[in-house]
Amino acid sequence: MTLLEASAVETIYGPGCPDCLDATGDRAGTNQCPRCGTVVACAEADLDVAEGEVLGIVGESGSGKSSLAEALALERDPEATVNGEVSYAGHDGNLLEVDYQTRHDLRSRDISLVHQHIRDGLDLEFTGGGNVAEKLLSAGWRSYEDVRMRVRELFEETEIPVARMDDPARTYSGGMQRRVQIARALATDPDLIVLDEPTTGLDVSVQARVLDTFRRVQREEGVAAIVVSHDLGVVRLLADRTLVMRHGRIVESGLTDRVMEDPHHEYTQTLINSVI
Amino acid sequence: MAKETTSQHRDESTGGGTPVPTDSVDAALSAVETDGLSGYNYAYLDEHTKREVRRSMLKAVAIPGHQVPYASRPMPLARGWGTGGIQASLSLLGPADTLKVIDQGADESVNAANIRRLAENTAEVATTTDTTKADLIQSRHRIPEEVLTDDQRLVLQVPITDALRKVDPSDAANRRRHAHKNYGKMWVHLYENVVEYGEINIASRYPTMVANRYLMDPSPIPRWDVPKLDDANHLTILAAGREARIYAVPPHTSVEPLAFEDRSFTVERFPEQACHACGSTDTYLVEVSEEPGTTAGDDDTAASFETRYACNDSSFCAKRRENPNLPKDHHLDRSGVDWGPATPDGGENA
Ligand SMILES: Nc1ncnc2c1ncn2[C@@H]1O[C@H](COP(=O)(O)OP(=O)(O)OP(=O)(O)O)[C@@H](O)[C@H]1O
Ligand SMILES: [Mg+2]
Ligand SMILES: [Zn+2]
Repeated sequence: MTLLEASAVETIYGPGCPDCLDATGDRAGTNQCPRCGTVVACAEADLDVAEGEVLGIVGESGSGKSSLAEALALERDPEATVNGEVSYAGHDGNLLEVDYQTRHDLRSRDISLVHQHIRDGLDLEFTGGGNVAEKLLSAGWRSYEDVRMRVRELFEETEIPVARMDDPARTYSGGMQRRVQIARALATDPDLIVLDEPTTGLDVSVQARVLDTFRRVQREEGVAAIVVSHDLGVVRLLADRTLVMRHGRIVESGLTDRVMEDPHHEYTQTLINSVI
Repeated sequence: MAKETTSQHRDESTGGGTPVPTDSVDAALSAVETDGLSGYNYAYLDEHTKREVRRSMLKAVAIPGHQVPYASRPMPLARGWGTGGIQASLSLLGPADTLKVIDQGADESVNAANIRRLAENTAEVATTTDTTKADLIQSRHRIPEEVLTDDQRLVLQVPITDALRKVDPSDAANRRRHAHKNYGKMWVHLYENVVEYGEINIASRYPTMVANRYLMDPSPIPRWDVPKLDDANHLTILAAGREARIYAVPPHTSVEPLAFEDRSFTVERFPEQACHACGSTDTYLVEVSEEPGTTAGDDDTAASFETRYACNDSSFCAKRRENPNLPKDHHLDRSGVDWGPATPDGGENA
């Protein structure tokens, strides 16, 4: 069953002009409109995610991966203009047009975002447990014991030492902080998690362990995910299907194995060859 | 804000107010005495200012718990000594009113006396120490023990207006949180409090929901006093001078201290303690260590190092000394009025 379906999603920084879409993208070789200077961070993006499925988004730095992922996760950058249509199972209307309260409810119960930058997602002065608890408390949990139990369970599930639960998050290693973000995202049993660059800032050995944990939990919970990475290896490991982005456009999409083994687009071919 | 001029010239550098040097109540009052009231308006503040303050209070009443900005004026008191409270009081008082001023429960403090004197001399009000006789009570850190009625107004002095500042120093971010009733961070603070202490351990400025909408800092009153604000008969105005904000709890408004279902809000308990002066066990007690032979009048003990407990509300304590069984609602025509914590003798335990 389709969980999320998006069409013509675009995120734009700048005033915009009638030429913006034609003058940017893969063929134009830029994401900035030469006429008005507007950055078309992503545009003309059509995609869907099925229940329990993992969709990967790859592309070079600046290709618009985060912009697209954040639009889908209902993250709002006050400087950006976001257009398009996103429908979500069990919800009437366009997710891009919901009011604050609906957005808050969706974000605290249905769709979780794990930020690319740890500092955007955690309050490092709070304890690690407190950061996870915040998600539950914001969703209306009012029993201390229930919150406590759920936080402990999530620490175990994401393999963070439970003994560190009540230490300030700033004393955690990068890998632990990333796990806290994931635990937080899982806290209210959402249907969809948007994971932006899950390996950023982590040592290679830590990267693999965090990804393994996420893959296991994702399967156990049956939660759908959109995983964004500039690293093909991450997407290859986690994603059932993959989108390739360049200059703000999706240039190729398909089953991950197919995209990796038989890339159609020239850019994807160089991307894969450069890794191998 | 308002750019209108009044009959008095304004000192632009201080954002308006009276043009006289106002370092102290004494200086201000001696100026009143030499120049008469000509340099001053009734109740010290000019009419325009008082109207602005009242307008902010009306707004505050209309949106219970919401912090409303106002143009706070320089006052002849050091900031942080109730300049907000006194502006609220002076804007409300009329010549027929009787004022009571308390500072941490006591009418006698220098600060309370100064505020009282300023109001007496400029607004020609009567003053009292008797809670039940006051039309308006300005207070720092306490709500009186005796039940307030629907024709009384309580002005609480506020040093820090936003309960959320405890969890985030950014006022801009906190304003957004209030706008969206987004209090997750405060809940995390409570959660971490329980993690650390096994219970919610916040001594004063207890985060409190007003009318199920706005989170409010009830000023540094003890937890003991917070329940008195819930469904009260009287109007409470909370005013901050330095931060130039006013907020209010109108009569019969729900006021609910934040707490977990399984870690509830509790008031201070004084097990086995009674006021050494009046014997009360149902009042908010504070530790006092008085040297022997001073005011307290206890003639027997010479144990000068022993800490003793005494009622913090000194005027009610005086009444209880006369009449040890005087109920907190003795002045009302109905009894058994729910006001603050129940009497421990009445069967309740911590
Ligand atoms: N606030 C902003 N103002 C202007 N341009 C912006 C802003 N935020 C992002 N952009 C631009 O939008 C484009 C897409 O950025 P985005 O962050 O989505 O890329 P990305 O693929 O996630 O890159 P990375 O791999 O580096 O995270 C970039 O050209 C970026 O400079
Ligand atoms: Mg990015
Ligand atoms: Zn007493």
